[in-house]
Amino acid sequence: MGVSEVRREAQPLIDLRDIYKIYQMGDMEVRASDGISLKIWKGEFVSIVGKSGSGKSTMMNIIGCLDVPTSGEYILDGEDVSEMEDDELAEIRNKTIGFVFQQYNLLPRQTLLENVELPLIYAGVGRKERQERAMASLEKVGLQDKWKYLPQQLSGGQQQRVSIARALVGNPSLILADEPTGALDSRTSRDVLDFLKQLNEEGNTVVIITHDTSIAMEAKRVVRIRDGKITFDGDVKEYAANV
Amino acid sequence: MLQTFRLAMKSLAGSKLRSFLTMLGIIIGVAAVIVLVSLMSGMTNYITDSFSDLGTDQISVSVTNTGTRSVTPDDMYEILEDNSGLLLELSPTVQTRGMVKRGADSLSTTSMTGVSEGYLDIGALELSTGRFLTYSDIVSEQKVCVIGSYVAQELFDGEDPLGQTIKLNGQPYTVVGTLAEKADSEEGSSDDCIYLPYSSATKLAMNSDITSYTFIANSEQMDLAKSVLESELYAVFLNEDLYTVTTLSEMLEMVETITGMMTALLVGIAAISLLVAGIGIMNIQLVSVTERTREIGIRKSLGAKQSVILRQFIMEAGMQSSIGGILGIILGSVLTTVASSLIGLDAPPSVQAIIVSFLVSAGIGILFGYMPAKRAARLNPIDALRSE
Repeated sequence: MGVSEVRREAQPLIDLRDIYKIYQMGDMEVRASDGISLKIWKGEFVSIVGKSGSGKSTMMNIIGCLDVPTSGEYILDGEDVSEMEDDELAEIRNKTIGFVFQQYNLLPRQTLLENVELPLIYAGVGRKERQERAMASLEKVGLQDKWKYLPQQLSGGQQQRVSIARALVGNPSLILADEPTGALDSRTSRDVLDFLKQLNEEGNTVVIITHDTSIAMEAKRVVRIRDGKITFDGDVKEYAANV
Repeated sequence: MLQTFRLAMKSLAGSKLRSFLTMLGIIIGVAAVIVLVSLMSGMTNYITDSFSDLGTDQISVSVTNTGTRSVTPDDMYEILEDNSGLLLELSPTVQTRGMVKRGADSLSTTSMTGVSEGYLDIGALELSTGRFLTYSDIVSEQKVCVIGSYVAQELFDGEDPLGQTIKLNGQPYTVVGTLAEKADSEEGSSDDCIYLPYSSATKLAMNSDITSYTFIANSEQMDLAKSVLESELYAVFLNEDLYTVTTLSEMLEMVETITGMMTALLVGIAAISLLVAGIGIMNIQLVSVTERTREIGIRKSLGAKQSVILRQFIMEAGMQSSIGGILGIILGSVLTTVASSLIGLDAPPSVQAIIVSFLVSAGIGILFGYMPAKRAARLNPIDALRSE
């Protein structure tokens, strides 16, 4: 198992080329991303690890198309997204990326089914197909019986599973999980991590952003970030030996 | 679109009290517009109706006779004859008030008007019994009179008044006719009246000058009739200040102008309340956008474009104000119906006011909802997700 097993096509799914993200804080210049280049291929399971303030959130935002870099190129699935407008980015996020957030980020007043349907609504999928696909996605995480529930009627682990169902529903090329276990206890964390692993084994590309080394080591490949720079990029075994 | 509509419904239902309070401004504003417009137009109709009862083909002439220059009824009748196609009828009118007595019963509010035999048509009077005044009554200054239904009811109480004698300011007059009820036979109404020959009335009023005449003119040529009368009178008086010629339709126009101005004023005030309500909606929507920053962030991260968010918030504001508008229409219609029946005015809720105020209220929601919606649409998804 490892990076080597992933069949590396000519074109990576994620191709970050010399990415800079510079914030101006008064007179100070903060380089949240200081010349990062990174390639991630289809089918990989990568964790991006770093302490708070290391620039990993900036990485997450840029990889997730929530933000654009100050300079550098970002080719996602063959498309240059580094200079896209707000609405174009929204479309890319909708079609290409499935987000799993630390705080689940479910809409509290909508049922589980409605929550999972959301990305499909924005993709313009018709009502009937939408509901079928959302239901199938809920089934995948084992919550199809609870489709009528509201998020707060579920436990944290269940809510995180709903958000995974939501991430999966649009068949995205990339599942991007931002501290997916940050709000969960160790047992439910295990469940969620196992689930993400399973998704990867089914062929999905999974990227986890975390500050937690032990969680980072669940992935097959680890990228460590410090001060906006990549300080390690390699197989998880290599990383384990390194720590 | 349907999806957006459902979403907006859900969001409004989620905070009922707040939505209702926000709507209250619109409800009151719309209700006020409907009540004011309906009542004012009912009032205007009432006034114009009472004018057209009198006939819009009337021309009133009032003169100030001086020692050297004056007109007599005979002069006026000559004018009538000289312009026979244009001027159709004439009656001098001598207005007087006084005591009307029969035995122990007396009336003091009754208007006593000296007129000619032509006044039956001019005043659009209808006889109930007996006859109206005749030319010979006038020439021979007969002490006869025709009484209104209120006077008949008060002084005769079921007895036949014809041929009976009543005293007008102490002078005995014989009743020769009674008039049909015109208003409601109340004191001071147009049924509280007595008509007598103008020649006799000048004696009763102790003023031999007749200063007021009423013509009926060809209704197609009112303006011409008026100017003819003016020039005839100028020939006599050589001074425009000594006479005035007024057509009833002119007075009607004046009344309509005044009530129109009042309506505009009242509607303006109501419109200000709608404006304030709109600002209230904007305010609440701004709060709502702030509160729901996270929701907006989630939606945007999942691929909602700016236009989708914009539509959602505008829809919410528009629905809020439209529902408020509908409630306002219901309230306004009920209030109008209640108020008009209390006042005794025939004022149905104005359809025009309903349509306009609904459109305005819906428009206000959309207009004032736009700014907060724009703000929501432009939120940066990262900042929005980070907010708690």
